[in-house]
Amino acid sequence: MAALTRAIESEGRTPLVPASRRRRSLPAWRWVVLLITAVYFLLPLWGALRFSGISAFSGVIGEAGFGSSLWLSVRLAIVTTAITLALMVPTAVYVHLRLPHLRRVLDSVTILPIVIPPVVLIIGVLQITKVTPSLQESPYLLALEYVILSMPFAYRSIDAGLRALDLKTLTEASSNLGAGWVVTLWRVILPNLTTALLSATVLTVALVLGEYTMATLDLFQTFPVWIVVNDQVSAQVSVAASLLALFVTWLVLMLITLIGTRQSRRRGGGEVTLFTAAAPQTIGN
Amino acid sequence: MATNETTAHATGAALAATGVAATSGPAGASGGTSVSLRDLTRVFGATRALNEMSLEIAPGELVALLGPSGCGKTTALRIVAGFEYADAGEVLIDGKDISGVAAAKRDMGMVFQSYSLFPNMTALDNVAFGLRMRKVGGGARRKQAAELLDMVGLSPQAGQWPHQLSGGQQQRVALARALAIEPRVLLLDEPLSALDAKVRLQLREQIRTLQQRLGTTTLFVTHDQEEALSMADRVGVMRAGRLEQVAEPAELYSRPATAFVAEFVGTMNRLPAELGGGGTVVTVLGTTVPAQEGGPSSGPVDALVRPENLTVTAAEDGNGIVTGRTFLGAVTRVAVRLSGDTEVAVDVSSGAATAMAPGTAVQVSLPAAPVLVSPRAADQ
Repeated sequence: MAALTRAIESEGRTPLVPASRRRRSLPAWRWVVLLITAVYFLLPLWGALRFSGISAFSGVIGEAGFGSSLWLSVRLAIVTTAITLALMVPTAVYVHLRLPHLRRVLDSVTILPIVIPPVVLIIGVLQITKVTPSLQESPYLLALEYVILSMPFAYRSIDAGLRALDLKTLTEASSNLGAGWVVTLWRVILPNLTTALLSATVLTVALVLGEYTMATLDLFQTFPVWIVVNDQVSAQVSVAASLLALFVTWLVLMLITLIGTRQSRRRGGGEVTLFTAAAPQTIGN
Repeated sequence: MATNETTAHATGAALAATGVAATSGPAGASGGTSVSLRDLTRVFGATRALNEMSLEIAPGELVALLGPSGCGKTTALRIVAGFEYADAGEVLIDGKDISGVAAAKRDMGMVFQSYSLFPNMTALDNVAFGLRMRKVGGGARRKQAAELLDMVGLSPQAGQWPHQLSGGQQQRVALARALAIEPRVLLLDEPLSALDAKVRLQLREQIRTLQQRLGTTTLFVTHDQEEALSMADRVGVMRAGRLEQVAEPAELYSRPATAFVAEFVGTMNRLPAELGGGGTVVTVLGTTVPAQEGGPSSGPVDALVRPENLTVTAAEDGNGIVTGRTFLGAVTRVAVRLSGDTEVAVDVSSGAATAMAPGTAVQVSLPAAPVLVSPRAADQ
């Protein structure tokens, strides 16, 4: 009997098909798809790298306008993210808790910025801000516009996070124990939305750092605008700056998702990705 | 018993140290909180969830609200908790109307049906949350929370996250969390329904023992009659927003006030019967017995008789034929088809049931005790 148990245990430990063989058995067409995708994405980067040359990278930082435009984009990313989260989190929580029948309406409303062309949005914003010329001249006007642009992505991330929670029970439990609304939001809801908030942040930051149309129409030199403008002065430096920006942005996003995943896993959640918010799972009885 | 007393003493000392109000003795201990629900009415659209429902709960008492889905039991509990409001009526705690008091200020501990532990906090931090809201200092808070966790037998799990705990453990932490704030009233909203049978049994015993030890007035909502009858001092059976009967479990079972209660609690046979003596006597299976008060005084009626109150014996010229048997341990439930196509269930000792194979002719009879009558089923 003991021998049988040992045999079963050892069998349980040894997979029937070794992992290496399973990897090798990956169908060939998957490799083809992977290769085509890799070429599609990497070829332009390789071309850009060849065009700019390694020496152009050292010249990027000293280029006129590089520092100020990058700093403006970073500031806009921070302000946009702060406003977006401050607006969307309470709204989404309130709708989930008190007005669940309006969820579909909110779904539709938040998709509008994708449907409406940026030019139309800009004209609308400029018309409205005519009454406040100081705002019209401030680069932070862009942040307000970016809030609208990031709404579809941020709302969907937060909405997915809230759906993964038993929000009603958690808020009632918190309230039952004596917590007011602010404490419940701060200590119970937000910590359980970390994954969703990180996803929303990542998407918003990525959007702001890459947005060109609105910035150029509003006549502000954000980093993407500087790259295009600088292209006419020194194309090689401009391409090097693009590559540098791409790499730095990618690095920041990876860092955010890595930290998010580590925090999420500690509490039983899943991996943090750009579009999903994993829910903590309960093991059985 | 000696073990129980030792445990009670040890826990009492621990609770005294933590400031948790420990009272010894049975439910109804002095110093508890009384709860009165008066004429509560709550309407959701076209549905009247509560219809002038009234209930008095004595200090330290555990009252279970039992009823089918949609009968209004959870609505009543949520109104007491402050998560719902009543369209009419009032909730009195120790004689004071708390209808206008926010849920966060009611000092009521609640254990929810679904797992309600905060996923971002360990078991210990979950239990300490209510104390934190009451501004209890860090050290004292952790000490009290640890003692409460010890009380529910989960000290080793103090540092674990909710996702690392089983369903039963999560509900025990939730119970400790609810008790940590020394609630005036403990509210239990079907806390065992998500658990498997074995864990459910263990936890219901643990809840009852703790509740009696602490003397906390408790309102318990369930659709499981076994849970209600085994845990509660009194059980209120609800139907369509009203309480049909509130009574001690034994009385509820043996003297149901209405046909609904009779048939909802336990198994009940409906036997065609004839009323006589102006509704005071009823003839069932050829036997005339007193009719229980509260029933109809005329018209076609059924007598309501429990399987254990009927007797069955093998008889060639009997009034029924055995159609099936269900072995239940010490007793076997024998299904008999009476003449007139009425099916009844009769409990007999499993030894005697061996002589009653399906197809056996039997005589089913009724002892001369008062029975509850109800308008005939088809006419209801």
